Amino acid sequence: MEKENNNLEKPSNRRNFLKVGLIAGGSIAAGTLAISNILSCNKKEGSGVKRTVFTQDGKVYTTDQSHLQDFEVPPVSNDEARKGIPNKKFVMVIDEAKCDGCKKCTEACQKMHYTESDREWIKVFKMQDANATAPYFFPKPCFHCDNPPCTKVCPVNATFKRQDGIVLIDNVRCIGCRSCMVACPYSTRFFNWSAPIEQPELEGMTYSPEKGIPRRMGTVEKCDFCPDMIRQGKMPACVSGCPMDAIYFGDQNEDAVTNASGVTVKFSQLLEDNAGYRHLEELGTEPRVYYLPPKNRKYPKPDMNNIDKKKAGKPVVKDLDMGNMQM
Amino acid sequence: MVNERLNLEKEIETVREDCLKPTRKWGRSTKIWIGCLLIVIAWGLYCYIHQLRAGLGVTAMRNYVSWGLYISTFVFFIGISHSGTLVSAILRITKQEWRRPITRSAELLTFVSLLFGGIMPIIDLGRPDRIANLVIFGRVQSPLMWDIISICTYFVGSSVFLFLPMIPDMALCRDRLTVCDTRFRKFKKWLYTKMAIGWKGTKSQWHRLEKSMTVMTIIIIPVAVSVHTVVSYIFAMTLRPGWNSTVFGPYFVAGALYSGSAGVILGMAAFRKLYHLEKYITPRHFDLMGRLVLALTLIYAYLNLNEYWIPAYKMATAEGHLLRDLFSGSYSIVFWTLQFGTVLLPIIILSIPKGRKPLMLAITCIIIVLGAWVKRYIIVVPTLLHPFMPIQEVPGDWSSYFPNYVEFSVTAAALAGIFLVITLFSKMFPMMAVWEVEDGIKIEHDKQRAIDIRIQREAEEARSRALETDPGIQPIKPDIIIG
Repeated sequence: MEKENNNLEKPSNRRNFLKVGLIAGGSIAAGTLAISNILSCNKKEGSGVKRTVFTQDGKVYTTDQSHLQDFEVPPVSNDEARKGIPNKKFVMVIDEAKCDGCKKCTEACQKMHYTESDREWIKVFKMQDANATAPYFFPKPCFHCDNPPCTKVCPVNATFKRQDGIVLIDNVRCIGCRSCMVACPYSTRFFNWSAPIEQPELEGMTYSPEKGIPRRMGTVEKCDFCPDMIRQGKMPACVSGCPMDAIYFGDQNEDAVTNASGVTVKFSQLLEDNAGYRHLEELGTEPRVYYLPPKNRKYPKPDMNNIDKKKAGKPVVKDLDMGNMQM
Repeated sequence: MVNERLNLEKEIETVREDCLKPTRKWGRSTKIWIGCLLIVIAWGLYCYIHQLRAGLGVTAMRNYVSWGLYISTFVFFIGISHSGTLVSAILRITKQEWRRPITRSAELLTFVSLLFGGIMPIIDLGRPDRIANLVIFGRVQSPLMWDIISICTYFVGSSVFLFLPMIPDMALCRDRLTVCDTRFRKFKKWLYTKMAIGWKGTKSQWHRLEKSMTVMTIIIIPVAVSVHTVVSYIFAMTLRPGWNSTVFGPYFVAGALYSGSAGVILGMAAFRKLYHLEKYITPRHFDLMGRLVLALTLIYAYLNLNEYWIPAYKMATAEGHLLRDLFSGSYSIVFWTLQFGTVLLPIIILSIPKGRKPLMLAITCIIIVLGAWVKRYIIVVPTLLHPFMPIQEVPGDWSSYFPNYVEFSVTAAALAGIFLVITLFSKMFPMMAVWEVEDGIKIEHDKQRAIDIRIQREAEEARSRALETDPGIQPIKPDIIIG
């Protein structure tokens, strides 16, 4: 709550970024709150914390925090999931100067998607382009390319590009030919080689391509930009999980991107000021993920002499409180 | 004259008997051979069921090398399937008389390797239970869909191409069945009668057969070329180093023809020895096929040069990493063995007339076929181990690949399946197109007769000229000259 209140004071957060779902939440645009007992709010003792929320039809209410309860946004239909969120063009900016290679984004992502530790939907590489150039950390999610090599080769339209720019996989339709995996130049896709590990939390969960879980054996999975979180008005897990504020996410149509601390900046300005670029531009895949070069790095550079092809041990997925990380 | 006709008929009768003989009895070695094949297939099936239940994780494939031995074998089998079209259709169209005894085995090899080649990607699927999605949600923009369409077309085409020239032979089998066959007599009679589809050998039937053969011969060649071209497209349509190549279509077609025609020679050699067809498949056939393989190997070598030398000259970043690994890295021994051992060495051997003798040629062809198989693997796997993003901190088994027992067992079962179908086929149907060989003999015979007649006429003319000058010489009866 502390954090949310802090956010309230930031004018940059007052825009209606991601006003989707049944009820988009308050001035901090959190969508998972529903007003309970709004008509009989007098009966209840208030907690003293006032929240301003507005409904989807644009009406604004100011009500006590205690009158709000979490509301589960139901998964959208397959047709809806294939169309995407109207009038959006999602875009991500990753600032290499701010990344210290802590892999918190990977952990947050793995926790959010109940991923096995060997699959890193966002993976932090240690990169060095040439011997004399500076090494840098390079967090790499799916690039959600505008000219995606992966969706082109899919024989059954199980992986598809949506109008909001996101590339998703429908694991109910996927036949497991892995054409998309060999077509992706960024090694972004993972295959469920064996039956997914059973997790009690996942039981009874309805599948949607937007959520990607429950997993199915013999199908492909990858980073999905967390569209289920976006629909709830929240940030993708990696963005809100980045303690260094290195990852920005937003809507290119609005020309605004926001990081974990809730700082919203102009997307075009950010790229212009920092000489933003896209990885392997020459491949012509038109990624929707932009990078800012590691100029005036805030943290030590990666040790390039200490890169192992193989993993020393399985990383421990730490408990992260995702609920607090709202935009 | 009567004598002559009798000779011809006797000759034709021997051809028919020689061709039908293998279908009449199943020797002990045949039964043992089939038994061995069935064991390999049963074990492969067991492994495949294991793979179906536990997922593709039981193979050695992981996220970097997500296509392995199965897809390499798919490409190899489809390559072998080019043999039939080449030998049969191209030699038919160019009216090469020597093709006659080998067309049937070539067409059969096409049919069978295509059948099992088409199964390989299905074995490789993560969800074979969803194969109907290819029809329900099929996207024609996907190279995989091009493969399915062209392989299915080729399969139907080559089935027809195999079946059409079998019709007169089936009628022959049907008519001769009552005399000698004992085993499965009823079944065989039923099968041959069905497959002969009412063949009586009338003039209009022959006319129609020849017409449809001509049409099929013309249709099947572009279809065959399209098949291996689009097989290469599932690789060439990606941005991956090593696959992102414009020469891949012709490169694959040339590789397919080179390995496929070597496969035909192996089939020729095997049937010649096993079914005692030395009289029909002669060293001359091996010599001519050897020349054909030599020509195709040269084309393949030329395309190999283009495929590797052009990027090697430039050594672009990602491509350079891959090429360094192939030329001097972990794959260098296999790579250079393939280039020198299975491309250059066959060129040298096949250039020497002695190298085109049946035994030497068969050995060379074994080298070529095995080399082509390993080459497919070298095209598929190293590229997948050299992605654009570096391989860092991944589980140990992701960063390397060698097929494990499941993949070897299932692939061996597919190979055994090819052998099994060929064996059963050769035990049911004549392995040479009887009527085509007969036609060949008749043509030979007619040619011989024409020559004889000319000799006779010339002799007569000479004699009459002699008579004009010296009437004392008695005329000699022409029959004596002919002998």
